[in-house]
Amino acid sequence: MEPETHIRVKNLNVYYGKDHVLRDVSINIPDKRVIVIIGPSGCGKTTLLRSFNRLVDTVDGVRVSGEVMVDEENIFDPHVELTHIRKKMGLLSQTPYPLPMSIYDNVAYGPRLHGIKDKKKLNSVVEHYLKIAGLWEEVKDKLHTPATQVSIGQQQRLCLARGLAVEPEIILADEPTSALDPKSSRHIEESFLRLKKDYTIIVVTHILRQARRLADYVIFLYCGELIEHGPARQVFESPREKMTREYIQGVIS
Amino acid sequence: MDRRRIEENIFKGLMIVSTIALCLILVLIVAAITFKGLPSMRLSMITQTPKGGFYLGKEGGILNAILGSIYLAGGATILALFLALPVVLYLNLYARRNGSIVRLVRFCLDVLWGIPSIVYGAFGFTIMLFFGLRASLLGGIITVALLILPIMCRAMDEVFSMVPRGLLEASYAVGATRWETALKVVVRQGLPGMITAVLIAFGRGIGDAASVIFTAGFSDAVPNSLFRPAATLPLAIFFQLGTPFPQVQNRAYASAFILTMIILFISITTRIVSRKYTRHIIK
Ligand SMILES: Nc1ncnc2c1ncn2[C@@H]1O[C@H](COP(=O)(O)OP(=O)(O)OP(=O)(O)O)[C@@H](O)[C@H]1O
Ligand SMILES: [Mg+2]
Repeated sequence: MEPETHIRVKNLNVYYGKDHVLRDVSINIPDKRVIVIIGPSGCGKTTLLRSFNRLVDTVDGVRVSGEVMVDEENIFDPHVELTHIRKKMGLLSQTPYPLPMSIYDNVAYGPRLHGIKDKKKLNSVVEHYLKIAGLWEEVKDKLHTPATQVSIGQQQRLCLARGLAVEPEIILADEPTSALDPKSSRHIEESFLRLKKDYTIIVVTHILRQARRLADYVIFLYCGELIEHGPARQVFESPREKMTREYIQGVIS
Repeated sequence: MDRRRIEENIFKGLMIVSTIALCLILVLIVAAITFKGLPSMRLSMITQTPKGGFYLGKEGGILNAILGSIYLAGGATILALFLALPVVLYLNLYARRNGSIVRLVRFCLDVLWGIPSIVYGAFGFTIMLFFGLRASLLGGIITVALLILPIMCRAMDEVFSMVPRGLLEASYAVGATRWETALKVVVRQGLPGMITAVLIAFGRGIGDAASVIFTAGFSDAVPNSLFRPAATLPLAIFFQLGTPFPQVQNRAYASAFILTMIILFISITTRIVSRKYTRHIIK
């Protein structure tokens, strides 16, 4: 049985100038679980992830063909409302980028843009999402200090809270723990496992052990091509493709 | 001692000498205007306008030029800021990075920066003649705004291009438009640099004589209308230095001292005031 899906990728090709970095990728991303994208460096993992919320657009000279359907809407359709698409997905980047404002304002940034003005409402939104991101206890007494004054690990959880505060259905995370210490990494991983019953979480990682810990579903990319995808058990235990097996065994990297 | 050690020491010496020379120049300038100017400083210098015979050594002050300069440079800085911000935000957020438009605009700004201020003065004067305007505070403001626009643009451009892309993306990712990102993230992040840019531009504007000599004119009265001529400190210094009377010449140094103090005062207060708004900056 095909799992439910909100994101359908059909014949997606991405070019940076003359570089053909994603080659004819087609996949249905299953809902409400952790999807891990693995593959060697430079194979297009980040590009694929950034195609889902059209952040690839910000690269100069980028060209995209094919479709990414999110909720039955092709997000590369020129008439599509970009802010609307991006609001559906929270983003965690490799290094956390808190906005140049207080912890409180970071979380309230999105909701304010989308029209929430009421102070009480904002307070409860901020508290709610900081709790979900597992940061509330640590920052509740310093909500109005600059976001840069907390640790990197806390900043990453703050970024998670900021992303969640616009009520997305999907969380996109590009090597979200690569700048973090082991304890903060575990915090992030734990939140993903907690959140996956409500969100579709797509994580790029090059740490295979992390992939095994997190993944319900695995996508393996190699040189811009989608080699194999499927439930984590199947891909890790009995990969269909020789290349996948070699990557998982560390023969190729 | 081997050769590399000697080389190292020669360069070290050179760097130290140059750095000291630079600081010395600053100290000498400040010392010169202080020693020559302070003895002629009277309270009347900053509270009175020139009375009859002021330039012959009689009573009066340069209040007209102090206020004229502040109005003129202040007005020009504000005007230039309103013109510069959209240009710089366009270059850094909307236009294609390092595209041909961006390079062309940056090239134009660099050329404009290099044009001597007397040329701006002549240009402003021609335009005013064309519209049948006389030398006035407004004419001066517009001309000086044009003069400092490229400086402000390039300085702010430098600042905004340093804003990390990840920061912009973090804002886009929660559904912010470019405009919202520009206003709430980029301007905030760039604020300290913007303030520096504005101060550099203001300093250049308040200190320039050549661009205002035809366009703002000169007047012994405190400026009270945009459409009347207005005095400026650099011209007041120039006129006083140009007289054959030593006591008037010394007052020129006092005027230079006042001009320097104004710039110092404005730099320091802006920095103090802005400190409050810059504590959130991402390093
Ligand atoms: N902004 C860009 N302009 C041009 N080429 C780019 C750009 N970003 C990435 N590329 C190229 O596109 C290809 C795919 O890059 P991408 O960042 O998607 O790989 P990745 O799988 O995320 O790699 P990594 O594991 O190192 O993060 C690479 O060959 C890279 O050199
Ligand atoms: Mg990557």
